[in-house]
Amino acid sequence: MPKISVTVNGTSYSHEVEGRLLLVHYLRDVLGLTGTHVGCDTSSCGACTIHLDGKSVKSCSLLAAQADGSSITTIEGLAPEGELHPLQVGFKEEHGLQCGFCTPGMIMCAADLLEHNSTPSEQEIREALEGNICRCTGYHNIVRAIQSASGQLETAAP
Amino acid sequence: MSNKFIGKSIKRVEDKRFITGHGRYTDDIVLPGMTYAYILRSPYAHANIKSIDTSEAAAMKGVVTIMTGEEVGHYGVPCGWQVNFKNGDIMKEPPHPLLVKDKVRHVGDAVALVVAESREIAQDAAEAIIVDYEVLPAVTDASKAVEAGAPQVHDSVPNNICFDWEIGNPKAEVDEAMASAAHITSLDFVNQRLSPNAMEPRSYIGHYDNVYDRYTLYTSTQNPHLIRLLMCAFVLGLPEHKVRVVGPDVGGGFGSKIYHYTEEALVTLAAKKTGRPVKWTETRSEAFLTDAHGRDHVTFAEMGFDTEGKIVGLRIKTFANLGAYLSTFSTAVPTYLHGTLLQGLYTTPKIHLDMTCVFTNTTAVDAYRGAGRPEATFLLERLIDLAALEMGIDPTELRLKNFIAPFDGVTQPGYQTNVALQYDSGNYHGVLARGLEMLGYEDFRKEQAEAAKTNKLLGVGFSTYIEACGIAPSAVVGSLGARAGLFEVGQVRVQPTGSVSVFTGAHSHGQGHETTFAQIVADRLGIPMENVEIHHGDTESVAFGMGTYGSRSLAVGGSAIVKSLDKIIEKGAKIAAHKLECSPDDIEFADGKFTVKGTDKSLTFGDIALTAYVPHVYPANLEPGLDFSSFYDPTNFTYPFGCHIAVVEVDKETGATKVKRFIAVDDVGNVINPMIVDGQIHGGLAQGIGQALLEGIEFDSTGQIINASYMDYAMPRADDFPMFELDRQVTPCPHNPLGVKGAGEAGCIGSTPAVVNAVVDALWSGGHKVKDVRMPMTPERVWTAMQS
Repeated sequence: MPKISVTVNGTSYSHEVEGRLLLVHYLRDVLGLTGTHVGCDTSSCGACTIHLDGKSVKSCSLLAAQADGSSITTIEGLAPEGELHPLQVGFKEEHGLQCGFCTPGMIMCAADLLEHNSTPSEQEIREALEGNICRCTGYHNIVRAIQSASGQLETAAP
Repeated sequence: MSNKFIGKSIKRVEDKRFITGHGRYTDDIVLPGMTYAYILRSPYAHANIKSIDTSEAAAMKGVVTIMTGEEVGHYGVPCGWQVNFKNGDIMKEPPHPLLVKDKVRHVGDAVALVVAESREIAQDAAEAIIVDYEVLPAVTDASKAVEAGAPQVHDSVPNNICFDWEIGNPKAEVDEAMASAAHITSLDFVNQRLSPNAMEPRSYIGHYDNVYDRYTLYTSTQNPHLIRLLMCAFVLGLPEHKVRVVGPDVGGGFGSKIYHYTEEALVTLAAKKTGRPVKWTETRSEAFLTDAHGRDHVTFAEMGFDTEGKIVGLRIKTFANLGAYLSTFSTAVPTYLHGTLLQGLYTTPKIHLDMTCVFTNTTAVDAYRGAGRPEATFLLERLIDLAALEMGIDPTELRLKNFIAPFDGVTQPGYQTNVALQYDSGNYHGVLARGLEMLGYEDFRKEQAEAAKTNKLLGVGFSTYIEACGIAPSAVVGSLGARAGLFEVGQVRVQPTGSVSVFTGAHSHGQGHETTFAQIVADRLGIPMENVEIHHGDTESVAFGMGTYGSRSLAVGGSAIVKSLDKIIEKGAKIAAHKLECSPDDIEFADGKFTVKGTDKSLTFGDIALTAYVPHVYPANLEPGLDFSSFYDPTNFTYPFGCHIAVVEVDKETGATKVKRFIAVDDVGNVINPMIVDGQIHGGLAQGIGQALLEGIEFDSTGQIINASYMDYAMPRADDFPMFELDRQVTPCPHNPLGVKGAGEAGCIGSTPAVVNAVVDALWSGGHKVKDVRMPMTPERVWTAMQS
């Protein structure tokens, strides 16, 4: 079995893994980081989106062994303990989530977008979310959450 | 009573765990010694099983046990609603075994369960099981399944007819009305089959504790108590008090997680057999094959009008596809949740629906967001828009000619329909007027005329809908065949220090109950929201419950909580009166204080709570404690309604349709949290528009679903929609204490026909006088329609 060393959310891990183990199952089953979800089996839904060496990837689309030597951020590590990332705030403030299952993937995908484009237009946001499926929100408030996180909305008063 | 929270867009208290990755869905739960199950499923839609050989699989390292139909095939899941044939005979109810042993009836039918040390070993072993099939011809279309010579899904069901059924006025009266019509608009159409696609795949964990002889089932369900009742009493024969069912965080349902699925009973049996926890989580591909589908009606409908444009009659023949087996509520959906809505918003004097419900070699069909009501709305709203085009009348004017006049249900009576229901309150003119104002109708028609000269046609489509929610008065549904009551339970437990634990039988899988219900409790008791915790989803903590579907949580579950709050306040007043030395009648309760009327003598809610549990100075004939549970059984359904307007652009060259604007004016009665209600509408709109333009399960001639994955089934994505334009009107529900009607399904019920109507309107503007474009309206279908 291949041995891998990875850094996840700032902590180093070394494990022997089955060759066929997907990265998403490594994160969920071996490390217990269950915030990264599995919503499909065709790399289409984006619920498993994480950051691998700073880039947003679908963690079901690569093997754990392929992640050897890399640095990974999951939803649990997006913000320092006890703090929230602006996107996490945006999703809460704008009601960008309902059942919450797609939410970690949405946030990780949006974080990558904002890294490259700090003030995306509505159309750019919608296109950036093309690989992430939400069944609850109709995307309306997800778009607003990202606009809010990028300072493009006046946060609505409660 | 205070007024700090109700009606305000309070941010959701449940969000923190979800946005930080700490939601706890069933598949996230790991129990000590857990094993993993994989289900071997039929690759054929219809085949006899000649033999099953599990010997090689059973010998594989890491395999714990294998179960087949031989061992558990005598257990089966029940249907929860009995509908009778027109002649009074009871519907055909063939068994739905946990694992089949003789014949598979749809692709994905379960043949064997493998339990192993890991998911991968279980799957490897399942692939080593040898099943010898004799493949049979399959039938997937309900209207073809009833024809002579069609493949027979169940030997005990002649012609595959589960039952036939009718509702409305006598057929002869409707025929007479139609014969008198000056104009008849007819439409032959398919309301296509959809996959609900909650983002969390179904997941179950069975656990058996042999020390206490207790079972626990963790399940991604919308109604834990109903699952426990069905599984214990109708499937496995387990004592209900020995079984705990937990529905933890659940990643969406949309109907598909209402039902008691075979796998819930299978993991429970396997846990007992192996003495270890057994987890089964489906893949998305399995979800497409086994999560109950929605819709699938084949319909011929006619609407007759007099010379003034008044509707004189409505006559419908529909074949509803039930799939291979009866799911929990599948028989109610095309009947009592569909036929009863065919009055719509109109004064139609004569209505008749002739319904035939049919078995086919397909995945079971049951309620999917809206459940029967979207099909009714689609039928009515397509017909009336098409009639307007055919008769050269403006579609809004035609609706106004036929709308039921406004009524509040208090000073004016409810509206008795010709299809059994009595609407509670309504103002249908109001929502249409507001929608037209938002649209800027006159300007739009000018813009459309200009666009007709270009390659991009513009169209507008209307849909004015009504639905029946707040499901449901138990006596009414019981008389219609429901095998359960549909009340709800709400328990309010005031702790000695004045904080409040609320236990509701409703179940939140995205609806935000932890916030909305807390808003009500905090306002009624005059305490901060953070002093209130809402518990749901666990049969061990919640007394009972019927779960969440049919937009019932607030109207029924919220009302049960209000009943308990009233009891808390009434008892609190007695305690306060004793301490303040006055009559309970002299106590008034406001803003969290019990006050002697006309004085400044008062006690806080916290004082009373503590006194109830430290009853040293206490009324002589009063029990200590402050904890009440209430069952609320509604007296009627609730009837939300609204006006949805779609504006589309159709590319003449490619047939591609773009939704440019979508306006929704919904009246869901009183609103507790506008932000959450708007969110519910948004999500419903996306599903309804998705049906119109993108989604649809497609079978090949052998019964294979050819688009059973996200690579092939067109799920709506972010760039398929514009920002939605929402407004609301408020006509309170007159018969529940909150005045609420329910908002979960409205978006999905109203939106689909608006989009189809808009595309047809666009095509007519370009001179293509088509009656219909079959859903999903792919570019190819729209383009083809323009070539005729």
